[in-house]
Amino acid sequence: MVGKRVLGILGVLSAFAGLGVASSASAQPIVGVPHEWQMDFPPPFTPLMAKVESLHDLLLVIITLISVFVLFLLLYAMWRFHASRNPTPTATTHNTFLEIAWTIIPILILVIIAIPSFRLLYYGDKATDAAMTIKVTGHQWYWDYEYPDQGNFKVESRILSEADRVKLKPNQPRLMAVDEEMVVPVGTTIRIIGTAADSMHGWTVPGFGIKKTVIPGRLNEGWINVTKEGFYFGQCSQICGNGHTYMPIAVRAIAKPEFDKWVEQKKKSAGLLPATDVASATAPANR
Amino acid sequence: MATAHGATHDHSHDDHHHTPTGWRRYVYSTNHKDIGTMYLVFAIFAALIGAGFSVIMRLELMSPGVQFFNAADGTPNGHLWNTVVTAHGLIMVFFVVMPALIGGFGNWFVPLMIGAPDMAFPRMNNISFWLLPPAFILLLLSAVIGGGVGTGWTIYPPLTIQQGAGMDLAIFSLHIAGASSILGAINFITTILNMRAPGMTLHRMPLFAWSILVTAFLLLLALPVLAGAITMLLTDRNFGTHFFDPAGGGDPTLFLHLFWFFGHPEVYIMILPAFGIVSHIISTFSKKPIFGYLGMAYAMVAIGVVGFVVWAHHMYTVGMDVDTRAYFVAATMVIAVPTGVKIFSWIATMWGGSIRLEVPMLWAIGFIFLFTVGGVTGVVLANAGVDYALHNTYYVIAHFHYVLSLGAVFGMFAGFYYWFGKMTGRQYPEWAGQIHFWLTFIGVNLTFFPMHFSGLAGMPRHYVDYPDAMSHWNYVSSMGAFLSFGATIFWLVFVVFGGMMYGRKVGANYWGEGATTLEWTVDSPPPFHTFEELPHISPTAHH
Repeated sequence: MVGKRVLGILGVLSAFAGLGVASSASAQPIVGVPHEWQMDFPPPFTPLMAKVESLHDLLLVIITLISVFVLFLLLYAMWRFHASRNPTPTATTHNTFLEIAWTIIPILILVIIAIPSFRLLYYGDKATDAAMTIKVTGHQWYWDYEYPDQGNFKVESRILSEADRVKLKPNQPRLMAVDEEMVVPVGTTIRIIGTAADSMHGWTVPGFGIKKTVIPGRLNEGWINVTKEGFYFGQCSQICGNGHTYMPIAVRAIAKPEFDKWVEQKKKSAGLLPATDVASATAPANR
Repeated sequence: MATAHGATHDHSHDDHHHTPTGWRRYVYSTNHKDIGTMYLVFAIFAALIGAGFSVIMRLELMSPGVQFFNAADGTPNGHLWNTVVTAHGLIMVFFVVMPALIGGFGNWFVPLMIGAPDMAFPRMNNISFWLLPPAFILLLLSAVIGGGVGTGWTIYPPLTIQQGAGMDLAIFSLHIAGASSILGAINFITTILNMRAPGMTLHRMPLFAWSILVTAFLLLLALPVLAGAITMLLTDRNFGTHFFDPAGGGDPTLFLHLFWFFGHPEVYIMILPAFGIVSHIISTFSKKPIFGYLGMAYAMVAIGVVGFVVWAHHMYTVGMDVDTRAYFVAATMVIAVPTGVKIFSWIATMWGGSIRLEVPMLWAIGFIFLFTVGGVTGVVLANAGVDYALHNTYYVIAHFHYVLSLGAVFGMFAGFYYWFGKMTGRQYPEWAGQIHFWLTFIGVNLTFFPMHFSGLAGMPRHYVDYPDAMSHWNYVSSMGAFLSFGATIFWLVFVVFGGMMYGRKVGANYWGEGATTLEWTVDSPPPFHTFEELPHISPTAHH
């Protein structure tokens, strides 16, 4: 009887330990990291970023055409009207048709850009039907994440020293690995509300399409909906003093059931749930 | 444009005035040419320091990890890095580009171009210059006394409130430099509006003078706002006010609005004189008058006016109301239209011309293409939605260095080569100018084009180190920076000193029939006093 009890406890303990190991190991792929010789945005990891990238694709085509056109005109003029080929200059200083054309056509191009641009601006402004909210606070020099809809526990996220990163998270990039990530459920619209404690900071994740300058005394609102499980990394984007380079943003996106389990663990660690049995009272405070 | 009659012979035998000599000639100067020269020498000196800082920065960023910016205990010294970055920005903006274009070329050539004997307030002109060395010294001192300013050139609170005593020195430096520019602006406006030679209506005035006129109005209206904002920083830091402190009822965002209300016109202040110089050079070396003169003049006016109502495109991420952001997106995109008019008008000036590709023309043509590249990335950034991904990344650094280092600086070199013979009496060596141009052209493009890629990949600004994957483009950028700096040293030795010592002596108009403005009617170098007898301007056939 005692033996079965002990086994039972051991079983629960190992289940918890297993859970801990599973959630701290790289069960999620390392997705949102920069690549060598990268020349473009990362692939979009949220619907907002997908729209950003599609507008940027349009812009890139337009600006490349304009630049190439100007370059061509210049090179052609330098060749065709070189003094050796055109010793007598004309005295043309006006051409009404051209002057109207090069005013109207740029206006039309700008209108073509403005339409998707305004749509994107309003789409990205606020979440429609956010399922949950996370409050982000920038500090000198780390981030903390509070989960008000899940009992308001807090996760503090600090960069790992290089020695620790190599030991604990060698697959994560230097300057980006943290001790505790901001954990989010995939496929869920999450309202991000940002502020800061001391100086301004910038919260962003490339590939999410969100960047919020967080300011003491103000709340700044955005939203994300991460489409794929994985680890995603960003870096503080508002100069904030000595440690500006050393306060990365790390997001771990996991499936909703796993997220719920993680929330339960967090609440227990934070003392938000009453202990109902010996096992849970003696369970190690896993990450 | 207009032609000048009269004043073809100078009364260079000054009757009862001696040209001053020795140190008094410069310290007590009331001569626009000497003051212009002092500004140019000062700008070159400051540029070596500002560029020196940038070389140090690129040395650090050449490889991942922190090689040079370490504290005594071997850990990275982010604050020292931030101080160097900030100094680089403040020096280039306030002590290089503005003194060179406005103080240097503006003072030298606006009076000559409008046929005026000097500026309206020659003595105030002198103090405008002499305020700059103390301002520069204060800025350099801020790094040494009180720990340095590690906030970026935009000096946002609350970080600026946290800085040591050096911050107050930097604030005083900006107060003084701002005063210098405001007084200079008053001088230019008064001179241009009142002292044009008889017959030179505003619509016959050369485009460089137009560019300085618009720039002067921008300075007059924008700099006082900066002065107010930094005074509020000073009192928040030292006298117990809470303008930018939420705990006392204030808001850091107020500083951003005030700073950028100045800051956006400031970037047009830096580029408009370069627009003017490019117009003159394109016209001279195409042997054609500028295409669409009135359009060019009023495009500059439009850029200046609209430039005052777009400031918050620097603030898309701080949490402003969405409709406000929408307005700023729209207004910012509007500026592309008059700018495009200018680009196409320059090309149309070349079209049908008889083009000589001497060094000033190379810089001017390079300007047109590279400013276009910088300008279009500005259009990308104008879109707030895309800006969320690019704000404060290296994409922004690429954008503004294209329009500044490849825009304003190309304009400065263009003016230097165009007017070097006029100012010194000796021509630069063409072979050396060609080498300088091509080395610089390759160098600056190598430096700044890859930064677009780093920015798209997410590399933030003001970083002393970066994730390893970003190292390749950073290495390329650093190589470009070293090449550009080498080209600058080459220029100093072979063009500046080589030209001044050994250059072939030149006469009044060494560019030929394409050079039609009044400075080409006086000797090279001009006598101490010019246009003591005012020229008469009459319209030419095509106006």
